[in-house]
Amino acid sequence: MSAIQPPAQRVWWKQPVDRVEIVWIAIALVWCLIMFFFMPWWHVYGEQNYSGEAYRVNPQEYVEKVNAFVEQYTVRRETPQQIPVVRPPAGSDVYLLGRLWQWYPILELEAGETYRFHVSSADWQHGLSIQPININFQVLPGYDMVLNVTPTEPGEYAVVCNEYCGIMHHTMMSRIYVVDKD
Amino acid sequence: MNKPQFRTCPDTGLVFHRPAENLIKANAVAAVIFLAVGGVLGLLVALTRWPAVQILNAQDFYTVLTGHGVVMLLVWIIYFEIALMYFCSAVLLRSRIATPKLGWVAFWMMLIGAAITSWAIIGGSSSVMMTSYVPMPADPKFYFGLILFAVGALIGTFIFFGTLAIAREEKTYEGSIPLVTFGALTAAILAVFTIACGAIILIPTWLWSIGYISEIDPLMYRLVWWGLGHTSQQINVAAQVSIWYAIAALVFGARPMSEKVSRGAFFLYILFISVASAHHLLGDPGLSTEWKIFNTSYVMYLAVLASLVHGLTVPGSIEVAQREKGHNKGLFEWLRKAPWGNPVFSGMFLSLVGFGFIGGISGVVMGSEQVNFLIHNTIYVPGHFHATVVLGTTLAFMAMSLWLVPVLFRRKLFMPGLAKWQPWLFGIGTALQTLFMMGAGTLGVSRRHWDMAFTGAPFEWAYPGMAHTLMALNGVSAIIAVLGGIAFVVVIVGTVLFGKRTSPAEYSAARPAILRGPAESLIGHGQIGLGVKGFPAPGTFVLAMFLLLIFVVYFFVNYGYLASVWRFS
Repeated sequence: MSAIQPPAQRVWWKQPVDRVEIVWIAIALVWCLIMFFFMPWWHVYGEQNYSGEAYRVNPQEYVEKVNAFVEQYTVRRETPQQIPVVRPPAGSDVYLLGRLWQWYPILELEAGETYRFHVSSADWQHGLSIQPININFQVLPGYDMVLNVTPTEPGEYAVVCNEYCGIMHHTMMSRIYVVDKD
Repeated sequence: MNKPQFRTCPDTGLVFHRPAENLIKANAVAAVIFLAVGGVLGLLVALTRWPAVQILNAQDFYTVLTGHGVVMLLVWIIYFEIALMYFCSAVLLRSRIATPKLGWVAFWMMLIGAAITSWAIIGGSSSVMMTSYVPMPADPKFYFGLILFAVGALIGTFIFFGTLAIAREEKTYEGSIPLVTFGALTAAILAVFTIACGAIILIPTWLWSIGYISEIDPLMYRLVWWGLGHTSQQINVAAQVSIWYAIAALVFGARPMSEKVSRGAFFLYILFISVASAHHLLGDPGLSTEWKIFNTSYVMYLAVLASLVHGLTVPGSIEVAQREKGHNKGLFEWLRKAPWGNPVFSGMFLSLVGFGFIGGISGVVMGSEQVNFLIHNTIYVPGHFHATVVLGTTLAFMAMSLWLVPVLFRRKLFMPGLAKWQPWLFGIGTALQTLFMMGAGTLGVSRRHWDMAFTGAPFEWAYPGMAHTLMALNGVSAIIAVLGGIAFVVVIVGTVLFGKRTSPAEYSAARPAILRGPAESLIGHGQIGLGVKGFPAPGTFVLAMFLLLIFVVYFFVNYGYLASVWRFS
């Protein structure tokens, strides 16, 4: 019962190690290093990364930016609540706001174009989850997160909140329309 | 001075110091009671997330989910770990326990802390999830109870350190501490780091909740809170690996294949495993790429390497012991001839396999910086950590309890027929749950979400039909797992209350004999295996390579899917 007893040999660190252990450690170490270097490799050669770009922002000021953005580019309104659908010019800054319990506004983007996509929260933490492609980010009040996003396939995407944000969390949903260029 | 305080167990030869024994009993019993409470809450969660059942309303669901997280991840596990630390120090080293009175202070602080936090949750004012992300506020009691609980746990941890010091000072053992105690020491060191993180973030948050601090930065909160939240899971890993080694020793008389390798692997945990806070921040704004890669990989995956090493050496030591007993035919005779009807072994082995194949692989793959975008905040995450904390840790703790409780209470196991099935019910039910949750998460289903049909949302959106099916299957599997949990509680509580008494405990005033290592010399394992020199555990090696194959394929499948979605940078 030696795992619950002191080692049999006082100088246990000189006990020879079986080859099976050494071979396995070597193989496992190689795999660990492959996984490790794969992450920076993907930053160079992969196309799904986040650079870490973000700015501290006062939530109130962020809301004002979103409102100005909505005012400038709204093309129509949808749903009985008259939620604005905003279609910014290709390549421009896009603002998305998470708040209790709504993603605001609805966005209409062109497939194949790259947008500077800002997202932040006006109140509590939220989770930006774009379905069905299932891409997910954490959204924090006070932080303006910036991603350069290129929607590739036209279609209707759901924007779900997947960070718990209170009793109506499950109703917090919006849309992103991705359309073909003109 | 010479009160009769030590007894030697006639069945196991272990030496119990009476105050240590009482503390172990109290902490273990508290643990099992909280496990029972948390299990009921867990069943309610799973039944609510089964779309056709949805047993709770939204408000109750979030309250129950908060309670389930706190009771299971903190209270049950940490109570058991305190008992385990006392066992691995005082009992395994044949020592008296340090400051038993403080041990009781710790016990009551934890109990009162847990009660205060539970009171806040039951009141409905603190449905903030276990993570209590600011700025969503909880009742000040919620944080205060957790702080009290953590301080109690910290005292318990220092009693463990104190007992190690006493054992060394009073020379109760010869040579180095046993491997299992070394693993418990690893867990205890990680616990100090964990509890420090908890104090650093929960004390200001408590002050914020009563108005003395105006703002807690949400990103800083997440960074430090996960130093508590994730590292506490690494305590579990160290504790459960220690239990695997202990059970291998108790059931098979297995010796570590190499003390150096196994201890070295624990040492890698101490050095590198506590940086895992980053796993939770990969989709957060602002942190640099270098920081994320360095930390999410536990520094080039050196702590993952440690787990891969234990994954070979634990079953390897069993294989060597079995082969030396004559089960030396072919690759797997040692495994076929293992005592599958002994719940102590079957629980331990299911824990090992489930943790490695499901929890370990999913955890590392989802912790890769970019793959994380595919699973962050989806129910894949609870799928993963139920494979580690429930299938891995809880099942290992159950297996240990089934061995330890009869020894502690000097009673025979109650309903041994039920006990035989317990690990299988619990293990298979939980394993299915983890797979179904991970499947649903892959399809986008959110964690911490009352209604996957989004009733009342301004838009219609439906997950694939398969996602609904998987959540239903998760509910069914939860019922199986809970049956296994009930079996466990019945067997343990039944043993304590009604188990047939074995010989009564006889305490002696004499100091126990010095603990020595086994007499036989350990130079290699030459005579066993399939004739390949230096490969005494070929079956285990093949299983390990099989795990690696699945690991590699799953890693690249995920990056392959990621490459197909929108581009972002």
